[in-house]
Amino acid sequence: MIQLLVFLPLAAALIAGLGNRLIGNLPAKLVTTAALFVSAALSWTIFLDIGLAHGAGYSVRVLEWIVSGDMRVDWAFRVDTLTAVMLVVITSVSALVHLYSWGYMDEDPDQPRFFAYLSLFTFAMLMLVTADNLVQMFFGWEGVGLASYLLIGFWYKKPSANAAAIKAFVVNRVGDFGFSLGIFATFVVFGTVQLTPILAGSAAMAGATFNFLGAQFDVMTTLCLLLFVGAMGKSAQLGLHTWLPDAMEGPTPVSALIHAATMVTAGVFMVVRLSPMFEAAPDALTVVTYVGAATALFAATVACVQTDIKRVIAYSTCSQLGYMFFAAGSGAFGAAMFHLFTHAFFKALLFLGAGAVIHSMHHEQDMRFYGGLRKSIPITFAAMTIGTLSLTGFFFTSGYYSKDGILEAAFANGSEASMVAFFVGALVALLTSFYSWRLVFLTFFGEARWGASEHVQHALHHDHGHDTEDTTDSDHAHHASAPAGTGGYHPHESPWTMLAPLVVLSIGALAAGFVFHEAFIGAEGGTVFWNGSAVFREPLAEAMHHVPAWVVWTPGAVMLIGFAIAYWAYMASPTLPARFVAGNRGLYAFLTHKWFFDELYNAIFVKPAFAFGRLFWRGDGRVIDRFGADGAAALVSASSGAAKRFQSGAVYAYALVMLIGLAAAATWVLRPALLG
Amino acid sequence: MLSLLILLPLVGAAFVLWSGNAATARWTALVITLVELALGIALWAGFDTGTAAFQYVEKLDLFAPYFSWHLGIDGIALMLIVLSVFLMPLCILASWTSIEKRVPEYMAAFLLMETLMLGVFAAKDLFLFYVFFEGGLIPMYLIIGIWGGGRRIYASYKFFLYTLLGSVLMLLAMLYMVGVAGTTDIAALTAYDFSAEAQTWLWLAFFASFAVKMPMWPVHTWLPDAHVEAPTAGSVILAGVLLKLGGYGFIRFSLPMFPEGSAQFLPLMFGLSVVAVIYASLVALVQSDMKKLIAYSSVAHMAFVTAGLFTFNRQGIEGGILMMLSHGLISGALFLCVGVVYDRLHTREIARYGGLADNMPKYALLFLLFTMASVGLPATSGFVSEFLVLTGTYAISTWLATGMTIGIILGAAYMLYLYARVIYGKSAGADAAAMPDLNAREIGILVAAAIPVLWMGIYPHSFLAPLHAPVGAILARVERAAPPSQTIRIGAPVAAPAAPAAAAH
Repeated sequence: MIQLLVFLPLAAALIAGLGNRLIGNLPAKLVTTAALFVSAALSWTIFLDIGLAHGAGYSVRVLEWIVSGDMRVDWAFRVDTLTAVMLVVITSVSALVHLYSWGYMDEDPDQPRFFAYLSLFTFAMLMLVTADNLVQMFFGWEGVGLASYLLIGFWYKKPSANAAAIKAFVVNRVGDFGFSLGIFATFVVFGTVQLTPILAGSAAMAGATFNFLGAQFDVMTTLCLLLFVGAMGKSAQLGLHTWLPDAMEGPTPVSALIHAATMVTAGVFMVVRLSPMFEAAPDALTVVTYVGAATALFAATVACVQTDIKRVIAYSTCSQLGYMFFAAGSGAFGAAMFHLFTHAFFKALLFLGAGAVIHSMHHEQDMRFYGGLRKSIPITFAAMTIGTLSLTGFFFTSGYYSKDGILEAAFANGSEASMVAFFVGALVALLTSFYSWRLVFLTFFGEARWGASEHVQHALHHDHGHDTEDTTDSDHAHHASAPAGTGGYHPHESPWTMLAPLVVLSIGALAAGFVFHEAFIGAEGGTVFWNGSAVFREPLAEAMHHVPAWVVWTPGAVMLIGFAIAYWAYMASPTLPARFVAGNRGLYAFLTHKWFFDELYNAIFVKPAFAFGRLFWRGDGRVIDRFGADGAAALVSASSGAAKRFQSGAVYAYALVMLIGLAAAATWVLRPALLG
Repeated sequence: MLSLLILLPLVGAAFVLWSGNAATARWTALVITLVELALGIALWAGFDTGTAAFQYVEKLDLFAPYFSWHLGIDGIALMLIVLSVFLMPLCILASWTSIEKRVPEYMAAFLLMETLMLGVFAAKDLFLFYVFFEGGLIPMYLIIGIWGGGRRIYASYKFFLYTLLGSVLMLLAMLYMVGVAGTTDIAALTAYDFSAEAQTWLWLAFFASFAVKMPMWPVHTWLPDAHVEAPTAGSVILAGVLLKLGGYGFIRFSLPMFPEGSAQFLPLMFGLSVVAVIYASLVALVQSDMKKLIAYSSVAHMAFVTAGLFTFNRQGIEGGILMMLSHGLISGALFLCVGVVYDRLHTREIARYGGLADNMPKYALLFLLFTMASVGLPATSGFVSEFLVLTGTYAISTWLATGMTIGIILGAAYMLYLYARVIYGKSAGADAAAMPDLNAREIGILVAAAIPVLWMGIYPHSFLAPLHAPVGAILARVERAAPPSQTIRIGAPVAAPAAPAAAAH
């Protein structure tokens, strides 16, 4: 069953991708979408069996992969509760995104390729989460990177999309650099890359030391930190986050599936999957906590000043991933996974909702050209509101259970890092509420402002394009009669293929937390649910129930405060943001430049790489050749003037030298005979 | 059987020259290389992977005991022979229409080269090896010099100067070895223990020859020029097989014959390898000529081979050999990809292309596959070999592994940058936009190259199995000189918090 589940999307991707124009749009869409729905159904079966009915986990070996001495790697699937949770998330969101793309990509000339990439991504992601060894995990890891690269650069004519695609791949490679070293080091330490013996042997390895880059280091801390570098790349944590906002160049369904619900959570999954290793490395957990908290804060501050609707959500994703990491760093692996689970629903919902807005606004993504949309696209508005409620952690939505769980766990852990994370997390919850409601208010409330949008103008002129050239006059007349700010454009609600996924995800965003919180993070339920597939600290889960009341109420309170500020700034007193910006130019520039990470990396990595490349290249010609081949030629030329003859007769000269050499050899070895 | 394998192309070359007809030459060359491929597969099928001993041994004493027609292969030679006979028909097909002048001579040169390359891998006699090893370069000169581009004379001359010095030193070393050991049999020489001092000099002499052939930094500068000037098929053979001669030499001679010498020069090998990876990758990043870019990527990949071979452990050596096979396929295929567009537009300038995904979608897909294989994406041959090499290097030096692993970041950067400039974006001109997609012959060639790339990536067992036994023999031979591997100290003195954690479980 697990084989079918995993390989079905691959088969569909191959059919759609290789068939492409041969089989046409509809068969390509049908086969990929159908395959994903079947996979999703199978995933839920496994989830019910193993997760909820507490069936035993198992692993299936498919084929031998790499065998070289002690290094033995198989293609194999590992199925346990942790895998089952990921399977459900991946296939459900993927199936819905496939369906959604029927509507969203309807006018694209290249649909089979798009659906093939989506299914290919799903396959790679499934390989990642079912991996039974680190190398196969790396296969999935790079595979999703490839699919992400292809999908970000899907509209390959846009230079910005190409640049973003390369950036995503290369920055992820920096993470993979750490991941690879982590795998090599793990192999040296444990003599295997199989998960089961590594996880079982981690505890015994605590405190051991080995040599790394010339100094003695704690084994488990080093391993975990190296592997964590990989997680930071994939999950866009501070330092390696720069690719994620740019990845929004891809089509919006891609953002929902890859850059919100699944791929970017792979890093969290990895840490949880390897939780026994991290448990043996307390220092590594501290680092994870701080990195997570810092990312949560960084991304949330930047999200507050973004004007592109997708980028707000992208930074929000980055920030929420930070939550998951500091939960894991605090030892609350169950809470991290729970937030991953609920986040997949509400963030996919927000992205797909944003896609529906963009769809109805003719590809305008700038919120400054939105406004008042709630009347034109009410279903999208409702879905986005539900997503926002859940993201901000409004009472009894999914996000409420998972985010509160994380904050309580961080507080209950009580270590210094976790306390820092708790307070940062509370502040970030306020910022989250602010920027989320800012998005909703800018998009759906206030006056319509889209008349000035180039995309909308383009749409209008396109609609009237079949008229004669002097339609400009009638356009003007049209404008005048329309409500102010709309430019005469009427946003339309999206087709059912796009709305149905919104409805399904809305249900998830509302109910998933309430239904599953006992299983994922409950003190008793958790141990049974996780069933050894990840570390579940029962005492910590118990302690979460006994935190002070103010801790319990903090997330809700800051959420309301954030809402109030957003309401004040964007509804009650709309001139306030401009005045605030005017008063804090430095801060504003710092935030709009995203803390200057891109500028910094350009200056210290990208430009020097090219500069050194050019320098070395000149070095090849001017130094090595001058003192090597060319110098020798000049020498020959100067001394005998024979270089020209030498060149044209190179072959013969060479053959001659070889013959002389052979003659010399013969003489040498036959010396006794000759002399005798 | 090996004699047949080696001599058949020679007969073919003579026939082709004699016929003097272009069409006959093409078809004869194709048939002969396909027969060679069949023979190669037969060798592989009948090969016993359980032993490190040389198989299919043939011996004809000519000037005993100093020179004999002595052939035999172990698993390493077998895989390189299979690689060679696999690439040859692709080369002939790639030259089918693009070579118009002096076709019989061209085909004869390729067939002659096949004879000499196979001879290198099959030779069991030291001087026989030398003849094949050095002789193989002559047809390559001809191919570059006659059918090459504008600066072909300069390129072949540069190649000549570089190789000359190394060859002379290697020949001197060989003479000394035969003088001391009294035999030219490679297996016997492998078992002979040269004194540690002699090993130092012998190792250096062989190194001079092999380092140029690899090529290792800083004697790599002939490679970009040679590649740029060579016709497509010439580049394929150059990258696919000729660059493997150096690596094969390291495996066959330097390591097992001079274990102490090898151990002594580890820092040199590793230092040059790391420099080559980073240096060549950065240079590749700024190239505007497709072939130069791929040539520099070859220098970087060959550095993985040199690093892997000298790790003194199984993963590193097997990975290094696998990298030779994988690189032969991938870079060969990448040069074929360049050849496809070069045949249409007659330029290698990256800037003259762009947006090919529009008019050449099939080409875009296959080029993507080889790009990703070059980048080392898992499930391609590039990954398996890179992974094994790096695993091996980590075990011997974390510095080395860290330095080499930086190569995978840079490798992604220059290859994707190339791909984006050629395939994505807007078309650079009407002529580029009007290029037709792959024809059936081109699809056949590239798909044929793609199959083993994926096969080696997904189920490398087929390729690794013949390597296990001979690599085991090399390891047994070098074991006495092997440097210490990583050590792990359990329960270090500072581990105060470790005690409770260990006790809890």
